[in-house]
Amino acid sequence: MQRQLPRHANSRPARSRFGGDGLRAWGFLLPALCWTLAFFVLPLAIMAVYSLWQRVGYKVVTDISVQNYTAFFEKSFLYESLINSLEVTVMVTLISILLAYPLAYILAEKVPPRWQRIALILAILPFWTSYVVRSYSWILVLSEGGILSNFLLDIGLTSEPVSFANSRGATVIGFVHFFVMLLTLTIFANLVQLPKNYRRAAADLGAGPIRTFIHIILPLTLPGIMVGAFLTFVLCIGDYITPAILGGKRELLLPQTIMLQIERRSDFPTASALAMILMAVVSVVYAACARWLKLDRM
Amino acid sequence: MAMRNIPALIYSLAIYGFIYLPVAVLVLFSFQESRVPIPPFNGPSLKWYAALMADTRVTDALLNSVIVAFASSAVSVVLGFLAAYALARHKVRFGGVLQALLTAPLTVSYLIIAMGLLITFNNLGIPKSLLTIGIGHVVINMPLCFAIIFSQMGAHQANMERAARDLGAAEWQVILMVSVPLLWPALFAAFFLSVTFSWDEFIIAFLVSRFDVTLPVEIWSMLRTGLNPKTNAVGSFVFLVSVVVVLAADLILFRKKKA
Repeated sequence: MQRQLPRHANSRPARSRFGGDGLRAWGFLLPALCWTLAFFVLPLAIMAVYSLWQRVGYKVVTDISVQNYTAFFEKSFLYESLINSLEVTVMVTLISILLAYPLAYILAEKVPPRWQRIALILAILPFWTSYVVRSYSWILVLSEGGILSNFLLDIGLTSEPVSFANSRGATVIGFVHFFVMLLTLTIFANLVQLPKNYRRAAADLGAGPIRTFIHIILPLTLPGIMVGAFLTFVLCIGDYITPAILGGKRELLLPQTIMLQIERRSDFPTASALAMILMAVVSVVYAACARWLKLDRM
Repeated sequence: MAMRNIPALIYSLAIYGFIYLPVAVLVLFSFQESRVPIPPFNGPSLKWYAALMADTRVTDALLNSVIVAFASSAVSVVLGFLAAYALARHKVRFGGVLQALLTAPLTVSYLIIAMGLLITFNNLGIPKSLLTIGIGHVVINMPLCFAIIFSQMGAHQANMERAARDLGAAEWQVILMVSVPLLWPALFAAFFLSVTFSWDEFIIAFLVSRFDVTLPVEIWSMLRTGLNPKTNAVGSFVFLVSVVVVLAADLILFRKKKA
């Protein structure tokens, strides 16, 4: 979004003056660094160690083993919750991209500039509702006797009140609702940066609108799609609230399984191992998307 | 020039409809007269808002949320700014590594951060409180503040800072009287984003709190009683607050950019 800004490599003129003065810089860095080390790195390290311990009875036994990780693949409810999470996340990411891209395109290309701001603000305003409340709102829509059920009764598509809540579909709808807004934003930001000349050049060279889109526009907006898709994947696969409120009890997603270990069973070693597995999955996805996700190019 | 393309118009309206449907239902049925927030609508009534204001658990949680949001965001902006200043303006060994380390929490799920903090606080014997929630919120918001502020530290500001130094300003004077005023839009944006993220954050607040809870945690426990117009009322209230804050921030930032 701030691509025009100068890179930081060019902006260190203070260096000569402060050539020998690394100490002062470290003084400025230290508070943030200590905070990160104490409340981010240390907890992760403790979790990594916990994941190698076991809970026996009500006690944590500090013998090192990979038992929790092998249990993950042996106990089907643990392993299946990861599969469920992956299926839901991939589905959510794809549906959100497919729904968001046309909207971002319309906002960037068809809406007159002075309406763009308003349209964009309107598109992301519900983004700022509390996300606990957002999932609850979908219950109001999807539950038995809710708005959707009522509407279907009114138009005669069903003769009994129906419930769409407490299902995987409801979880996916709740997620897509949130991520359509996010992806519209990242794709829009990318689209408005494309020079208009590219389109004209393609037209001059004989390409129709569809060819121009597939060969010019789409590849150039891939960074916007990938940034949004990566954020969607990370936020979606780690979210507990949406499946907990909308998903029902038939199947659990990985964050729900983790919370179950913490809340009901106080089994921190197993929960830690599951968290490590979740982090590993996210890292693999990050590595796959890394070339589109440079911080200072966003 | 109106929108000429009819399919585009229909598509946009459909997506906007999808985005606003749950919000509209939420707000509408917060004015419900009866005890269930489902059709038919038989309001309008303000009794659920009155019930909300009379509920000290809700008002306490609201106050806690405001305290945690402002305090944790202030700490996040200050720490993020100092780190950005150090890395953008001084030559620091392993600068790239430090930058990656400081922004690393952005790529880790809140659930994992929350769990790590819970285990750490348990082991160190630190009692769960508003303070521990605030600590967690700084962990998730400081990287964001750092990234926003760092990305806005351009060359022309560096030149002004150097000019100030040449004219004899001490380092703290350079920071307070040159860098901060120049970077104010970025600092404000970072602070404001942090406030909204903290205001809305659930899982960390849930796991590292005990008796004093924030609003999302209180709403979560209200959900256990099932569908209830009072939950609609608190949800609508939270939405209203967020909308006002977002629009105000947008106005302030937009004006600043023009100037």
